Amino acid sequence: MRAFPNRFLRKCLFSTDHRIIGIQYLVLALVSVSIGTVLSLLMRIHLVWPEWPLPLHGPILPEDYLALVTIHGTIMLFFVLTTAPQAGFGNLILPSQIGARRMAFPALNTASLWLTAAALLILLSSTFVPGGAAISGWTAYPPLSAIAAAGPGQGTGMDLWLISIAFFAIASTISSINFLTTIIRNRCPGMTWERLPLTVWGWFTAALLSIIAFSVLLAAILLLLCDRHAGTSFFLPTGDLVSGVLHRGGDGSPLLWLHLFWFFGHPEVYIAILPGLGLTSMLLANFSHRRVFAYRTMIATTLLIGFLGILLWGHHMFVAGLNPFASSAFSVSTMAIALPASAKVLSWLATTWRSRPDNTTAMLFALGFVSLFITGGLTGPILAQPILDEYLHNTFFVVAHFHLIMAMAGIFGLYAATYYWFPLITATRKHPGRLLSEPLGRLHFWCTLVGAYATFLPMHFTGLMGEPRHYAQLTGIPGAGGALSPAGVLLAHAIPLNLCITYAAIFLAAAQLIFFFNLVRSLRKGTYASENPWQATTLEWHPALNPFSPLPASDQSEISVYRAPCEYQPAQANDSFLPQWEPDILTQMKMKDATHSKPE
Amino acid sequence: MLHNRIHLIACISWPLPIDASAHGPALDHHLLLNLWITVTLLALAHLILLIGLLGRRRSEPSSAWRIEYLPLAALALLFAFLTIRAERLWAASRYTGASLTALQVEVTGVQFAWYFRYPGPDATFGITRPSLVDPGAGNPLGLDPTDPHSADDQVSSQLVLPAGREVDLRLRAQDVIHGFSIPAMRLKQNAVPGQTIHVHFTPTTPGTYAILCTQLCGIGHYRMNATLRVLPPGQFATWQTAQQEATIR
Repeated sequence: MRAFPNRFLRKCLFSTDHRIIGIQYLVLALVSVSIGTVLSLLMRIHLVWPEWPLPLHGPILPEDYLALVTIHGTIMLFFVLTTAPQAGFGNLILPSQIGARRMAFPALNTASLWLTAAALLILLSSTFVPGGAAISGWTAYPPLSAIAAAGPGQGTGMDLWLISIAFFAIASTISSINFLTTIIRNRCPGMTWERLPLTVWGWFTAALLSIIAFSVLLAAILLLLCDRHAGTSFFLPTGDLVSGVLHRGGDGSPLLWLHLFWFFGHPEVYIAILPGLGLTSMLLANFSHRRVFAYRTMIATTLLIGFLGILLWGHHMFVAGLNPFASSAFSVSTMAIALPASAKVLSWLATTWRSRPDNTTAMLFALGFVSLFITGGLTGPILAQPILDEYLHNTFFVVAHFHLIMAMAGIFGLYAATYYWFPLITATRKHPGRLLSEPLGRLHFWCTLVGAYATFLPMHFTGLMGEPRHYAQLTGIPGAGGALSPAGVLLAHAIPLNLCITYAAIFLAAAQLIFFFNLVRSLRKGTYASENPWQATTLEWHPALNPFSPLPASDQSEISVYRAPCEYQPAQANDSFLPQWEPDILTQMKMKDATHSKPE
Repeated sequence: MLHNRIHLIACISWPLPIDASAHGPALDHHLLLNLWITVTLLALAHLILLIGLLGRRRSEPSSAWRIEYLPLAALALLFAFLTIRAERLWAASRYTGASLTALQVEVTGVQFAWYFRYPGPDATFGITRPSLVDPGAGNPLGLDPTDPHSADDQVSSQLVLPAGREVDLRLRAQDVIHGFSIPAMRLKQNAVPGQTIHVHFTPTTPGTYAILCTQLCGIGHYRMNATLRVLPPGQFATWQTAQQEATIR
């Protein structure tokens, strides 16, 4: 009995098993997304009912609103959209999808999980220090973020924010090295690069980007911490005067931070979406019982999106004081990335075209991902044109764009993954995995889809009206004329539509309760899944890799791969699918002939 | 309520504020073109998706050229067309500076106000020093009284411009990064501490317009606004003379 805490610590809390670590990451992301959603609701409510007092807190002051903005953005981007698809589902599924039984560096894996958890705790704790949490948004532009006098929350709150993100950057870099090494070294026999599922390609590219991006972010954060505490002037110009505090030191440039931050920040949004892109391709093919259309092109576009992703950070800086010629160059590189993204959409449309797919909840969320990726993606080229960005920059048009393509598409990818892989999440040695309830899942999908569009489509319009981001209030603007001043009138125009957005956001958040109910219920009472419930062809459904394995001594059995994923034979009966692991010499030869005669 | 609804419909049909600058109509036109293309592509993609999902099962499509490369080529052409069009507008407004006859105004962003400085009859801005900044004593920009050029500089909390004349704004920030934005002029440019950034435009229609801060700058970000008053040239001259007299006195 006395050994229990030790065993618990070793086996559960500090386990080096990739499945347990993956689930721990997912729990962390689930906690984070719940907090982040509540924070966003508080912002939405405050924008349209500014007098509403938050229970136990009182009225939401401008500094509270900006702290909400900062923590919401930071939590959602780092601890949900980076953590869940990459570290969470990556750890859970990636090793088995390449036929491996463990990650390359299991101990490092545990270390990065606990660094991430520490980062989250530090971030959340910043709310409770004097001055409260940082108010400079997730982009933390200096000098606002460099000088404690610049605002409440810019003292200890800002320090904690920086330390939290530094921890996160270290954790992500370690985790990415682990992912890359695992994919390169631990593939089972027969798993050639061309046979890698597109999800693995997504994780691979995202890991490559993570190493490049997060190391730069870490460097930038260290420089900023030096500016704050060591008297350096990387980001502070001589003569900068904030609230009576005059900077007499060296002559640095705030623009340097923008370059470093966005060199990280733009790849970061691709890190968040690349696993979803891969998963969507695989799910559409799985449920359409077809191959992924133009598989090799999809591999190439994944890598191309990653490569172009590091070349276009400047499109966040068109009006930031960049040389106008540089803006033109970044405009072209940004427009260029629309092409590999469009190629993906075309492949999805072709894969599902007249396939009569099985409309399971996982498939519905994958289709929802396609829809949101198209809708959110199409406004990308608009914002990539500097002359249009000159009007739209930092308006709600931008908020609508990235919430649709990154947040909503990203979340739909996560839901698709959850509904699809739930049997693998819940399987144990003692009992097989369970399925989430399909009827509840479908209800959840439709409510979420409607809620997502109802919340974020109208933001395009308030953005076109000129409503800027990060405004703590749309009413009660002081100054000459107050609400009757031109600025007051401009903002007041956006209020009716904002009311609609807030109602829709409340609906969207409430719809997620269906998921929580489904989750809690299915964890205990969900129907047991069969070995391969979706007729999948990829290795994570290999019986020997399932924790609940009917085969004795499955831990030792050899795993080999004989073909590319998503080999379905549509001409025959419904069950004619060929998992990657099934050795079928005859079919294998036929396949070989078929691929050779194909003009790919 | 009815008023709200009518207002809502009006906003959705063309939500942009009035366009009162010389380069604005071309920008609006290009934006409208972009929005129409976006809506068309959006509808097309969803139509294909839905028809594909509802139709009877067929064998899988195989022609990569027809399905993948040809549409991609068409999209590449479309995006190239939009990029070039946008680049021409961008180049026209940003690649070259203002004309030599443009009205000179300096804009300074401070937490949480905009200040506008006119150089006065000597057409030269006086030197400012951060150590001299003292808003309480009426010197929010830190004008150096020992510099002869600063004596006739006029500092205003309102931007007043004549219609039909180009203006050359030099943007500065005293403390943190601010975003100088006049939606009705289709103008937005950050003011960055340590840098002076020039933007130029020509207001065309007299009226009063909102000036906003569009870069998060602290707790008062939402209330960091000012008013642009565009006057007919005659009225502007009167206003300027009155200002000069007040300054010299």
